[in-house]
Amino acid sequence: MIEERFDAIVVGAGPSGNAAAYTMAKAGLKVLQLERGEYPGSKNVQGAILYADALEKIIPDFREDAPLERHIIEQRLWTMDEKSYVGMHYRSEDFNEERPNRYTILRAQFDKWFSSKVREAGAILLCETTVTELIRDGAGKVTGVRTDRDGGTALADIVILGEGVNGLVGQRSGLRPELQPDSVALAVKEMHFLPREVIESRFNLKGNEGVVIEAMGTITDGMTGTGFLYTNQESVSVGIGCIVSDFAESGKTAYGLLEAFKNHPSIKPLLENSECKEYAAHLIPEGGYHSIPELYGDGWLVVGDAGQFVNAVHREGSNLAMTTGRIAGETVIALKHRGAAMSKANLAAYKRTLDETFVMKDLKKYKRIPALLHRNKQLFGLYPRLLTAAAQTWFRVDGVDKRSKENAILRSFRKGRTLSGLIGDAFKLARAWR
Amino acid sequence: MTDAMDANATGTGFKVEEKLFQNRYLVDVGRPHITIKPHDVPSKALLALTHACPAGCYSKNDSGQVEATIDGCLECGTCRVITAKTGDIEWNYPRGGFGVLFKFG
Ligand SMILES: Cc1cc2nc3c(=O)[nH]c(=O)nc-3n(C[C@H](O)[C@H](O)[C@H](O)COP(=O)(O)OP(=O)(O)OC[C@H]3O[C@@H](n4cnc5c(N)ncnc54)[C@H](O)[C@@H]3O)c2cc1C
Ligand code: SF4
Repeated sequence: MIEERFDAIVVGAGPSGNAAAYTMAKAGLKVLQLERGEYPGSKNVQGAILYADALEKIIPDFREDAPLERHIIEQRLWTMDEKSYVGMHYRSEDFNEERPNRYTILRAQFDKWFSSKVREAGAILLCETTVTELIRDGAGKVTGVRTDRDGGTALADIVILGEGVNGLVGQRSGLRPELQPDSVALAVKEMHFLPREVIESRFNLKGNEGVVIEAMGTITDGMTGTGFLYTNQESVSVGIGCIVSDFAESGKTAYGLLEAFKNHPSIKPLLENSECKEYAAHLIPEGGYHSIPELYGDGWLVVGDAGQFVNAVHREGSNLAMTTGRIAGETVIALKHRGAAMSKANLAAYKRTLDETFVMKDLKKYKRIPALLHRNKQLFGLYPRLLTAAAQTWFRVDGVDKRSKENAILRSFRKGRTLSGLIGDAFKLARAWR
Repeated sequence: MTDAMDANATGTGFKVEEKLFQNRYLVDVGRPHITIKPHDVPSKALLALTHACPAGCYSKNDSGQVEATIDGCLECGTCRVITAKTGDIEWNYPRGGFGVLFKFG
């Protein structure tokens, strides 16, 4: 039993928990943060792209000492088949700005840094401590947590759950339902080390410039998912992920997909002679808007992945985690200053504020996308194949006139999918995107 | 997929154990954080874990039951999500401080 009573307990020291703990500690609240890993980040996996804006709103001068790898100046979106890719690349000198917008990071190092800021702000962090359950009073209000440290308990006015995608504490306390296999993705990732100069010449970079590749197509072997390759200072992160129910039903393995992706003729030369130093796996909540659970109740709030705050289409998660964490913290601070209770009715302000931010607006905008991607596997097999074949027909100079080439491409699409199928897909996509 | 890629994917000669060697773990000896409930015939969900687990922790023994060796567990939760409805396994986080330790994440 930790004798002291806290204003707030934060479960988890990932981006959501750190954002919440930092915000509250900075405002003078007594904050206890509990993390099951040996150190913050030791259990966490990300691509990883850090979006500056969300962090800037919490720690404006984070660039001074945060462990940032490379700022991103080029985005490559690849649609792949077995031998080719059709790419959409965007590179701009504008991204070489004073305050870059996106960076690659290594989560284990980044989380440690963020956590040092949280402690500097005055929060107490206990690592190697797994929260096992919530403690409630007679009226059902959450009043604290129980941990696996000799069954130790800690009490506070509010518990903020930043426990990540598995969210066992909230689930086992009945705050939210179990994750569904079709609304969560399993991603695997490897860290490949290369000398900086090699990375710079291979990817056409100088200094701390970075490139990210996002890939889809036959690399997921008919399943709903994507692959990625990000440049860090002296390493390349390469990974692939698909919806869990697709893995369960298909009999395919995540590590098998990763091996095939790494051996793709367009990827292999980028990794040549690298040394792999880590293999990681993690879930990503991808159910979107419709899978967001209850976010608040008497004495508790949910932030980050535990609340399903991931925009899978744009590969944004950590920024939603930090934003929800910050707003949760600000909600608690405001109630505290008013001397108001941490009741469900008062905490509803958290959700109301979120509704006005990009977090809820974006998730709402894309609410139809997860189901669409899951049910329309042609987007991951047929269309990439048609697209790469069309590109090849178009670019190969072989004495065939251009109109015949156009017709051949159109025919291949009509053959691959009926006209109504093509129109239907376009319509569905447009509707889901709206 | 082409045959060449399939061969890669299913790994003729490729073992996930080789990947796990690179990782750091602090194994909580004698206190596995995942256990499989005793069974005669595994459910479809339980069987799926033999390929769905990214660390290859599950395998079928000679008499047809699914077994787990979880020293290489990456704590992703995939097995928990797949068997949530059937209740085939008991899943908890390792005790605080134990389990996988990502250096890079
Ligand atoms: C492969 C991959 C690539 C990704 N790429 C990107 C990307 O490029 N950009 C991006 O913005 N997002 C990306 N994401 C998503 C992003 O990683 C998550 O959205 C983000 O980490 C969520 O932060 P969080 O704090 O909510 O959860 P987490 O980062 O999972 O943190 C939860 C913390 O709580 C701790 N914890 C859990 N349960 C307990 C307990 N019971 N007791 C004590 N401690 C506990 C955990 O150890 C962990 O430290 C990616 C995710 C994956 C898996
Ligand atoms: S948690 Fe993940 S890595 Fe561990 S046994 Fe389950 S599926 Fe395998």
